[in-house]
Amino acid sequence: MAQRSFSAGPLIRPDNHKAAAFGRIVLYILLVFLSVITLIPFVWMLSSSLKLDREVFEFPIRWVPKVFHWENYSLIWTKAPMLMYFKNTAIVAVSVTIIQTMTSSFAAYAFAKLEFKFRDTLFLCYIATIAVPWQAYMIPQFIEFRSIGLYDTLLAIMVLQAFSAFGVFLMRQFYRGIPTELCEAARIDGLSEYGIWARIMLPLSKSAIATLVIFTFIGTWNDYMGPMIYLTTESVKTVQVGLRRFIQENSSDYHLIMAASMVSLIPVSVVFLALQRYFIEGIATSGLKG
Amino acid sequence: MIQSVPKPAVGKPKGKLGLKRTLIALSFIAPNFIGFALFTLIPVIAAVFMSMTEWSGGADIKWVGLQNYVNLFTVPQRYIDRLENPNFFSILGLFFEKVDIGIALKNTVTFTVITVPLTMIFSIALALVLNKAVKGAIAFRAIMFFPYVSSTVAICVCWNFMLMKNGPINQLLMLLGSNFNKTWTADSSMAIWAVIIVSVWKSMGYYMVIYLAALQGIPRELYEAATVDGANKWQQFWNITLPQLRPTTFFVSVMLVIGCFKIYDTVALMTGGGPGRATKMLVTYTIDEFNASKYGSACAIAMVLLVLVLTVTILQFRMEKKFSAD
Repeated sequence: MAQRSFSAGPLIRPDNHKAAAFGRIVLYILLVFLSVITLIPFVWMLSSSLKLDREVFEFPIRWVPKVFHWENYSLIWTKAPMLMYFKNTAIVAVSVTIIQTMTSSFAAYAFAKLEFKFRDTLFLCYIATIAVPWQAYMIPQFIEFRSIGLYDTLLAIMVLQAFSAFGVFLMRQFYRGIPTELCEAARIDGLSEYGIWARIMLPLSKSAIATLVIFTFIGTWNDYMGPMIYLTTESVKTVQVGLRRFIQENSSDYHLIMAASMVSLIPVSVVFLALQRYFIEGIATSGLKG
Repeated sequence: MIQSVPKPAVGKPKGKLGLKRTLIALSFIAPNFIGFALFTLIPVIAAVFMSMTEWSGGADIKWVGLQNYVNLFTVPQRYIDRLENPNFFSILGLFFEKVDIGIALKNTVTFTVITVPLTMIFSIALALVLNKAVKGAIAFRAIMFFPYVSSTVAICVCWNFMLMKNGPINQLLMLLGSNFNKTWTADSSMAIWAVIIVSVWKSMGYYMVIYLAALQGIPRELYEAATVDGANKWQQFWNITLPQLRPTTFFVSVMLVIGCFKIYDTVALMTGGGPGRATKMLVTYTIDEFNASKYGSACAIAMVLLVLVLTVTILQFRMEKKFSAD
């Protein structure tokens, strides 16, 4: 995957330094303004989470609370089993990511580098379903899952996400870019197909795998609709549906809702900040789906 | 379906060797394909058939052919009776005003038509600004991307509060001279705007990244030549940047349109499709029917969505061919 530098832009002409300097200042003001607009809901969320409920809608707004009510953040853990929600979501997100990445890259190797009967037909099945939105087949899928006893289990959410056509497609596109001569040379050296996958393809596709891992992890962590349809028992709920329940049950405790929302954002923020380069470059180079 | 085996004469799978190869290949594909076939392929096919049944989850499934579709798209006679002058257009008007699927289609299309251009304008603007050589570009980029990765539930509840009667947005608007003092999501004309604002705000950073990559791919010589010819920045933008971005804009618009057709989370979390049916979307309607255990009808609505999405996808392929032929 091409590593692009995002900071390089048109050079500034030396003949109009003053105008350029002025332009820079305008540019920075614009940037800061846009960042503020982007971040303001989060700032408001943070500020409200440290207030008392009656202070949240004070007029005029007070961005910095008079007194910082940090106890809001300890209160939410007693009002809802947040820790359990986190645990459930982590189990689902990690398993989905592992299954998705392993099986996709495994299958993609065959689609990209091996020749066999029905290859194109099978791959066509994958391509065709990429265009079909999940919302179009979620109901038969739900009925199928319920009839095999997956309703209201974490396993349902895992299976739901783990075998997407998208992962296979992404990995196959990447593998096609790796020279076939590498595989043939390895074959002559006596490496089996599994060996070629493990020793040559996997190490070469680190960046594609990183992209897939982050996409799958964040997508699964933030998924709301799947868990909403499948999970009803408290003990299997994920963060998103758990937070939703918390909001419904404490609908006038604005400060606590904001505190719980803040907490729910932390894990994904950490993953995003740590791996944002792969995430953003993955989108930039392959223009992935939303 | 008959598929021709790939052409090359050398290395073409033959006999025992071919069988062994095929088996090895299938062993690679099997772990993913079994899951994929069971949990995606079968439901996709089943959805088409289910949309032609009447079923509430019990033991009795009834085949009703296209009846679900007919029911969805029929304007009830009692409405037509009340019309003074029933003609095609007045009945069509009724369809979009009174019939659930008509309202859902109208809302979905309205939402799409406003959200797509707004998101594109904002993401191009952000990309243009970030494309300049600035210090901290990576940090700014991460900030603007952040809404996209944050959980919809958390940001929707936050925006809901901000758009409340006495919330910060109305307070800000009051400073600017507006006298709107209702809760946005409870007002039938503003509710859809609440959903639009959040959708644009959440996804503009994502498309910004795509545009940023496209901007960096525009050859610098084009601008240099234009400067020599005396073109100002504005002319350069209209005559170089925008035309060069055209393939990206096309791709982005298709992704956005499909994403808008599928909207559910934001609506469900902010307005619940209301007030009344003011923000009822196609998927909201599907879920409503699903919750009412009308599985056949729910699938029929889902098929309407599928047809819309596939139409856009096919148009994309056609147009792309045309573009590359030019």
